Amino acid sequence: MAANKVPVGAHYGLAAWLLQRLTAVIMAAYTIGLGGLLLACPPATHAEWHAIFTGPFLRLATMLFFLALLYHAWVGVRDIIMDYVKPTGLRLALQALVGTALVFYLVWSVSILWGR
Amino acid sequence: MKFRIQRYDPDRDARPYFQDYDVSLGPADRMLLDALVRIKTVDDTLSLRRSCREGVCGSDAMNINGKNGLACITKIADLREPVVIKPLPGLPIVRDLIVDMTQFFDQYHSIRPYVVDDTPRPERERLQSPRDRAELDGLYECILCACCSTSCPSFWWNPDKFVGPAGLLNAYRFIADSRDRAVNERLDDLEDPYRLFRCHTIMNCVDVCPKGLNPTLAIGKIKELMLRRAV
Repeated sequence: MAANKVPVGAHYGLAAWLLQRLTAVIMAAYTIGLGGLLLACPPATHAEWHAIFTGPFLRLATMLFFLALLYHAWVGVRDIIMDYVKPTGLRLALQALVGTALVFYLVWSVSILWGR
Repeated sequence: MKFRIQRYDPDRDARPYFQDYDVSLGPADRMLLDALVRIKTVDDTLSLRRSCREGVCGSDAMNINGKNGLACITKIADLREPVVIKPLPGLPIVRDLIVDMTQFFDQYHSIRPYVVDDTPRPERERLQSPRDRAELDGLYECILCACCSTSCPSFWWNPDKFVGPAGLLNAYRFIADSRDRAVNERLDDLEDPYRLFRCHTIMNCVDVCPKGLNPTLAIGKIKELMLRRAV
């Protein structure tokens, strides 16, 4: 293998960069919206708190927030790994580990929102 | 006036070290470069690059009190003592304040820093309207001193893959040139997680540019063009 050459030109990156910004906007909107909601009618008991999040609109909004958060985290952590981790094997392993963890969190957030 | 200058001769020294100098300046010594030249009259082993001594050639870029700049246009009166001077960070040291700029210029050449136009040559020259020419203001002034790229953490970590602020500013200079016909090839070449998207808008480049240029803005415009052709 041409080990002394530095190949570049993967021809991707724009989508990740754009979606990182888009997901940030989604998270900011959700945080402000939820903050406003909780300030306007603060839940007094756990049952009330639970009732807020079982409403279909907020449940979907929360799911969207989690999707945005997980994708945002993927791009951010992948960027950190690409910045600092040089050996390709280690980089790939770390990215796979982070990816797996994020998929696990996705399943977890679905089970929290739609579980009992 | 007190100076603390990083010295290193790879043939003799195991590692870089600091040497203190206390020199009395002459009445005409206004800029840091004047002081360094005066230090050289005391200790001629101190090595540095310099040429035009007026901020045009970009030879005497160095790290001055923690910030990259050109010694020839840095006023002595503005400097806190002892003035700590180091070579540009992140590049291999050849000797004292002289660094090996190979990686920096490799990145610069990788963006094809010339107008690409394969159409038949006009009889005299390829003309440009004053308005098209104005697009290049804030871009063409770059003197390739490397102050920006060597202050950029992304360039420190990936100098072999990330084009760096100077290279990207120049890439946009040719993308923006009305006479250039290779905008799509140029965008294709830069659409890469390392070549362009290592820029995390830290903006050290804008902070240090001795010519007052804004590489971050140019990088943003490259991304904007990519977006415009993609959506």
